[in-house]
Amino acid sequence: MSEQTKQGLHDTLNGPKTKKRLAIRRFKDHAAKYGISVGGVSIIFAVFLIMFFLMYVVLPIFTPATIEKRVEMQVPGGMDTKTLHYALDDHREAGVRITDTGRIIGFSTENADVMLDKTLPIQNSRITSFTLINEAENEFAFGFADGRVLIGKISFRISYPNNQRLVLPVIEWPYGEEGKQIINEPIEQLAVRERETAMMIVVQAAGSNVLHVQTFRKRSSFLSDEVQLDLDERTQFTTESHVDHMLLGGLMRDLVLVSHDGQAYYYSLANMSQPELLQKVRVILPGETLTSVRFLNGNTSMMFGTDTGRVVQWFPVRDKNNDFALQEIRSFQRDSHPVISMGMEATRKGFAVGDAQGGFHLYYSTSHRHLRSVDVANEPLSFVRFAPRSNGAIVETASGRLISYDIDNPHPEVSFGSLWNKVWYEGYSEPTHTWQSSSGNDDFEFKFSLTPLTFGTIKAALYSMLFAVPIAIFAAIYTAFFMDKRTRQWVKPSVELIEALPTVILGFLAGLWLAPYVESNLPAFFAIIIVVPLGILLFGYGWSRMPDKIRLMIPVGRRVVLMIPVVAFLGWLSMAMSDPLQYMFFQGDMRTWLTETAGITYDQRNAMIIGFAMGFALIPTIFSVAEDAIYSVPNYLVNGSYALGASGWQTLKGVVLPTASPGIFSAIMLGFGRGVGETMIVLMASGNTPLMDINLFEGMRTLSANLAVEMGETEVDSTHYRVLFLAGLVLFMFTFFFNTVAEVVRQRMRRKYGQL
Amino acid sequence: MKTWLNKGEHWVWYSAAAAAASVVLVFGLLLMIAFRGLSHFWPHAVYEFQIQPTPSAQIQLVQGEIHNTRMRETRDPENPGFVLREPQILIKTGNRDLYSFDFRWVDQAHIVGQTWNKAQGISVIERYASGNMYGYIQSFKNNQLELTERDQVFKAINAAIREGDKIRSKIRHLEKSVIGGINHDLQTLRYDQRKLEMRDRLTPAIEAEFEAKRQAMHDQFGVLQLQLDGYYKELRALGTVTVRVGDDRDVEVNVSQFVRFWQPNEMHLGNKLSSFFSSVGSFLTDDPRESNTEGGVFPAIVGTLTMVIMMTLFVMPMGVIAAIYMREYAKEGKLLRLIRISINNLAGVPSIVFGIFGLGFFVYVLGYSVDQMFYSHALPNPTFGTPGLLWASLTMALLTLPVVIVATDEGLSRIPRALREGGLALGATKAEVIMRIVLPMTTPAIMTGLILAVARAAGEVAPLMLVGVVKLVTELPVNANAPFIHLDQKFMHLGFHIYDVGFQSPNVEAAQPLVYATSLLLVVLIVSLNLAAIVIRNRLREKYKSLDN
Repeated sequence: MSEQTKQGLHDTLNGPKTKKRLAIRRFKDHAAKYGISVGGVSIIFAVFLIMFFLMYVVLPIFTPATIEKRVEMQVPGGMDTKTLHYALDDHREAGVRITDTGRIIGFSTENADVMLDKTLPIQNSRITSFTLINEAENEFAFGFADGRVLIGKISFRISYPNNQRLVLPVIEWPYGEEGKQIINEPIEQLAVRERETAMMIVVQAAGSNVLHVQTFRKRSSFLSDEVQLDLDERTQFTTESHVDHMLLGGLMRDLVLVSHDGQAYYYSLANMSQPELLQKVRVILPGETLTSVRFLNGNTSMMFGTDTGRVVQWFPVRDKNNDFALQEIRSFQRDSHPVISMGMEATRKGFAVGDAQGGFHLYYSTSHRHLRSVDVANEPLSFVRFAPRSNGAIVETASGRLISYDIDNPHPEVSFGSLWNKVWYEGYSEPTHTWQSSSGNDDFEFKFSLTPLTFGTIKAALYSMLFAVPIAIFAAIYTAFFMDKRTRQWVKPSVELIEALPTVILGFLAGLWLAPYVESNLPAFFAIIIVVPLGILLFGYGWSRMPDKIRLMIPVGRRVVLMIPVVAFLGWLSMAMSDPLQYMFFQGDMRTWLTETAGITYDQRNAMIIGFAMGFALIPTIFSVAEDAIYSVPNYLVNGSYALGASGWQTLKGVVLPTASPGIFSAIMLGFGRGVGETMIVLMASGNTPLMDINLFEGMRTLSANLAVEMGETEVDSTHYRVLFLAGLVLFMFTFFFNTVAEVVRQRMRRKYGQL
Repeated sequence: MKTWLNKGEHWVWYSAAAAAASVVLVFGLLLMIAFRGLSHFWPHAVYEFQIQPTPSAQIQLVQGEIHNTRMRETRDPENPGFVLREPQILIKTGNRDLYSFDFRWVDQAHIVGQTWNKAQGISVIERYASGNMYGYIQSFKNNQLELTERDQVFKAINAAIREGDKIRSKIRHLEKSVIGGINHDLQTLRYDQRKLEMRDRLTPAIEAEFEAKRQAMHDQFGVLQLQLDGYYKELRALGTVTVRVGDDRDVEVNVSQFVRFWQPNEMHLGNKLSSFFSSVGSFLTDDPRESNTEGGVFPAIVGTLTMVIMMTLFVMPMGVIAAIYMREYAKEGKLLRLIRISINNLAGVPSIVFGIFGLGFFVYVLGYSVDQMFYSHALPNPTFGTPGLLWASLTMALLTLPVVIVATDEGLSRIPRALREGGLALGATKAEVIMRIVLPMTTPAIMTGLILAVARAAGEVAPLMLVGVVKLVTELPVNANAPFIHLDQKFMHLGFHIYDVGFQSPNVEAAQPLVYATSLLLVVLIVSLNLAAIVIRNRLREKYKSLDN
């Protein structure tokens, strides 16, 4: 190389171009390093993102409500008359106050401007009683001294003058302005309920113990909007004592009369001609006095507020003999100030209590939750009324202040207790674990218990493990320990092929082919348990008696090939035994025998089907990991055992299995984890009824199938949506636990092998 | 025997039997799916039965394919509590429009003379609506001619079917491509107008311009509609066929209703084979009919493939980068252990949890924001704020990520250290070594991972049900309208098709053969993908073995 070339080379290598190129290369190297590192670490991020997102969606369920004061004003119309009812519109812009003198005052909830001020159309008689017919619809009734009943309804008209919303209260008298004559004495107690086509009015005359019950049929008039009430049936009966409150259930069947000291008389009006006293019971503790009595939304649950600050919930419960009785369900108490007023949510089962010291308490009945308390004033709260959408409330104090609150209380329906423990739902005869999330109407009580779903999940997983574990572990033992290399080369991938099969196909076969097949050949599947092991035992022993020439034709390592026809034959034999067995033991049909003679419920899609189908899907998971664990037991341990004269199985039992046991354990854990999360098979073959029964012949609903069924239909950010995410989180946690345990055990085992 | 038991020999037999049982179960299952799936396409013989339910009843003629047998269970009237079993056969009688059912169970005892005769000269007619028809073709007539001679009738019908196919393809072109295109343009136009309106830049002049464009499109639409009507008229004028069904009842069927027709009882093997393959072909390329219970699965195939390809585009870079990080950059330590545990957990998370995550995060959080930012002109109709192809692919990418990482990682670990060091010694940077030496050698391993991921995604249904799969789509996610792949569209999927037709369809019995056929298709697809992965992996191992030496 000449000097010149050398110099040239030197210049080129150190020239600006080269330097630039080097810089670019170095930059690229750095960029790649950081880019790839970020990419790699983002895997952790992805897992945590999933977990945190699930938690983020779930968390609002458990946060308490918030209550914030919006406006305070004077009670419109003044406090010289008592408030009977407040009505509020959906947007909380307008309100209506009804007083005990019959004044109906519409006002703006922002500034107390009066928009409407009316008196009742009946002026020639004194108001003696008042009742709410339908709180959500603001439908009410007045009872008069001359024995008439006047039914009214407040609604709100919305218009948009100048693109601004304007809400105007309107009062209507849907059944006429004259009222309906019920009795000829003053009405002291009044209760009215209505259905689409019928109405029931119950009255008690002043100073008497006689109750008058009348039902009416509704008839729309052709000439006007008014609806006529035609008397249908009437009856009257005498009560045991004078009462202070009269409660008529929403079904027009239950009538409860309560006195100040809490003595309640429960009558059934199921048979109108013969009202029947079902029960006499004290609904509060001795020494307590009733201060407020209301129906919860749905008109089934009665809430009794006392002077000790307790609110007790009662509702009629059907017992084993189909008889109804009132039952105390739960009680709520924050402090010992007397309950003055109660307000009920219109579409849920929540309520609020105003006490004598100015405390305002927000509760939810189903979940038995106290959600929030605020101090409103230093005086009794004489009236509490929820906004229709439960997003606010107005509170009236004894001195005539009207305070409007914003309430943010989106998810009161669930609590930790209601998710996992038994809850006594309305209309149920005892506390139960129930999952029922679809609602028919506004009265619906959501039943969000994850217990039946979790139970179903574990049941499905356990039954399938019952099928999968023996087969998978034994197969793994044989494949890893006894099988020769050439056979192993095709057997192992064949078994692992199951893992690749789409579970939707397994589910389809299980639901549409296996389930009916099992149903009509039930004994065969129990015969398998006896026939197959016995047959194998006999065959094995018979084989060992064979002359050496035949026996040595198939070495231990290739026995699996020999067993394939044997197993297939034994399986076929069991199936063929089905009909003879049915005739011998089960009067021709085991399925009918089960339900009729043994009294066991049989669903076509049941845990047994799931056991077979999902068990089959779990085999490769367990097999693969267990096989690896056994296969990687060091050879010299095995050889040492053989050298000491142990047989193949003795070596396996004494040396190989103890060494590989952590691996087998982790295989089972992984299998269980997969069984818990499997969706399509259970969705298609389990019947999807959320039952809590260990019965092999009944179905179940699992967490995962429940997600698949309900997730698509639920409204975003509703309580149901969040509870479903909670179910997802529970699944995540389950599998997280099993996978981590399996992984940790496996890592330990690897370290141990390393030492060996 | 005692020593035999003491030595534990029986346990060895049991374990061998367990292994054998697994093998029997796998192959039994595969064979069953294959048999049932393929028999859907095979032209079955059609039998004719004389049925007399009670001795005094009139004899009824029933023609159909035999699909199943069973034992009917009834209470024994003389022996209370006992159950009697009667053999029954399931006959597919077809002619749903006439009988309002496709299948009927017939007591074998009711068959007059216990004779199972093949119906001579009967034809099976596959129709576009109301399922198959079984009957004797009598005559053919159209505007010009009327034929009664059998061979001529068949020839004429075949010619008419071919003609019908031509017209149908024209109609399809017109409906899907041309009219679909106009609809697409109309939508774009509406969005453009809305965009301007939102920016307050919509002057009356521009509005008039839009209106003119819209009018032009509507006019074009009208012309096309006329053309379409003409085609339909042509289709109806192809001719009618008189078919004798059941008890000598003559029914007129328009040839435009015919998909195919054949005479199964007169076919020899060659004919049957060709009929079989043509059935398979139309199953793969046709659109579904009769709410998915008949026809083909073409849209489901396209949907599955599109989703899988999109998923591959997402999962490949993510998986490969993560694997490279773990193998080449990360130091052995707590962080790496955490990553391994994460991957392990990601692999173990139930697929349905990915589904709800996809729905909650991708659709409702990301999709919602995307709509707010870029598609506000289409609101309140969500564009990306609703399940669709993009979110489904992303969800599946997340689901299959561990598969790709593990496969790539294994591939990387097999590359001899010497190669990397050689590269570094020659002055290459680490990135260059990875890009030029390591990655090309790992390609087969990455391929293995991708194939396995694709197989997993093709078979997974539960999460897809939540993030974008539907039972029926009117438009494919890939079509001729720009941008050709519609990421916001919902799509059909083979696995979901199985679930939907098998469990949600009104006529499960009639749909079952089709479900088996779809299952077979899916199994073949997935098993062959897995076998391919195994083969590639084995080749790879051999290759590196030779490199090591």
